[in-house]
Amino acid sequence: MTDFDQLNFTREHEWVRLEPAADGAAPSATIGITAYAADKLGDVVYVDLPDEGVEIADGSVVGEIESTKSVGELFAPVNGTILAKNSAVEDSPELVNSDPYGEGWLIRVAFTELPALLSYTEYQALLGDEEASH
Amino acid sequence: MTDSSDPHGPGSHGDLPPTLSSPDATLLDATALPSGLVFSPLHEVHVAAGAGFTDFAGWQMPVRYSSDLAEHHAVRTAAGIFDLSHMAELRVEGPEAAAFLDYALAGKLSAIAIGQAKYSLLLTPDAGIVDDLVVYRRGETDFLVVANAGNHAEALDGLRARTGGFAVTVTDESDDTALIAVQGPNARAIVKAAAGIRFADAAAAAPDAATHAAPDAATHPLDSLKYYWSVDAEYQGRGLFVARTGYTGEDGFELYVPVALAVPLWNDLVTAGEPLGLVPAGLASRDTLRLEAGMPLYGHELGLDTKPAQAGLGRVPNLAKGDFVGRAALESDAQPGSGADTVRVLVGLVGEGKRAARADYEIFGPATSGAGAGAADATTADTATSGTATSGTATSGIGTVTSGVLSPTLGFPIAMAYVDPAFAEPGSEVTIDIRGKRLTFRVTTLPFYRRKRD
Repeated sequence: MTDFDQLNFTREHEWVRLEPAADGAAPSATIGITAYAADKLGDVVYVDLPDEGVEIADGSVVGEIESTKSVGELFAPVNGTILAKNSAVEDSPELVNSDPYGEGWLIRVAFTELPALLSYTEYQALLGDEEASH
Repeated sequence: MTDSSDPHGPGSHGDLPPTLSSPDATLLDATALPSGLVFSPLHEVHVAAGAGFTDFAGWQMPVRYSSDLAEHHAVRTAAGIFDLSHMAELRVEGPEAAAFLDYALAGKLSAIAIGQAKYSLLLTPDAGIVDDLVVYRRGETDFLVVANAGNHAEALDGLRARTGGFAVTVTDESDDTALIAVQGPNARAIVKAAAGIRFADAAAAAPDAATHAAPDAATHPLDSLKYYWSVDAEYQGRGLFVARTGYTGEDGFELYVPVALAVPLWNDLVTAGEPLGLVPAGLASRDTLRLEAGMPLYGHELGLDTKPAQAGLGRVPNLAKGDFVGRAALESDAQPGSGADTVRVLVGLVGEGKRAARADYEIFGPATSGAGAGAADATTADTATSGTATSGTATSGIGTVTSGVLSPTLGFPIAMAYVDPAFAEPGSEVTIDIRGKRLTFRVTTLPFYRRKRD
């Protein structure tokens, strides 16, 4: 089971999980898209992720999550450097739908400073607002 | 929030989920729905089945139930059931109904037999396409014209505006009619097995077709019903119109039923179909299925600025019949020097890899040596097809994608597109700008997928 209290969220429907930092290493975070986002996209058939070592800037588009019907953009939620991308998702994009908070993770990023993110409760409220506005 | 942020703009139909990548929309902000949505008579069934919904021409219709890929594959390998109640059913009746349709539409509808169906076009006087539609002949003086939901008013008004001088009435039966499609290799067995459907010829042999004591296969009317033919049946004592038509590239049936019986008919079909792999299927899979089958979608491949020949539908208008709306323009186009042979034409494109080219993406000539895999300029001179394609420079577009997807059945990207005639030959290479990257596609004949006939 996903422990949602361990996750932070963005308004772009991504989740961010802080990883325990090894001694002396920069802090890092794992990033994926939420179940809501995966569900809205439909069946994901192609994922394009940045390679290890790539520098990413908060708010920039760093990847694509493509379903049969639409293209979703992966936004960098932090300034940082890609430590790893999930190659399993590139080979099996359906993992984004079947396990968005687990095996469907997308990238791991080393960062120096974490911007303000949403808690699970705040993200749930955001979803409620979005659904209501439709 | 009123900005739908649909990059296709207001000119396209609101028929598909909006693309989510528009610059000022984050992943999910592009789904704002206009007010005044219409609900299908099957809406509660879809909600109970867990459907997600999309706005299709003002209708709130199921886009998928769980997985559009699974629904797509089910239709290719077993069967899917679709709610198409948003389609427009227009009844054309009267002593001169056949002559009227010959004048109002591009094809010769007077030539089809009772029970037969024909694909046709409603043209403007300039031969632009108002709608593409299927016409069923119900009787000598009785036709059912089925139009796209997005063109409901246009088709109705267009037909009525042409009735002058003909003894004919055009009645909009859409509000009273639900349409359920069962498509896939198991479709025939499912419709035959559904409880409550009685066919005239089989009624005596199978008083209750719900049991395993199915009617003798050799005598069932659905077994002898040919593609693009139809038969009258009964469901719960009321008229049911069953046609062997569809929009998926598979064998299948479309069942026109009174709105009040839509829910029980759907449930009876699902009950009969579940042992045969039937799943409810949404509009997302319907779109990928029709695209694989090379079938045009109004608002994408067809529009007011599209002429039949451009869209590969040059054989739909019948110039051997009498006068009809659009005829003069078509005859003018057929004259040498009219310029009609220089307009962009619809082609199929296939790519490699997994990245789909989507609607509105721009198409360019083939990759030149400079953009190639580092080959020296001289070595490509004899293979470069762009030598005769003066418009095929790297910077000026030679076409536009109208529909595209990573084909679920084939596993590679497919697209339909309008391209300059110089690039329309099968085998021609083009490149498509896919969000900043130029990828090579090759022109191919349509359809991309053709089912194996049994």
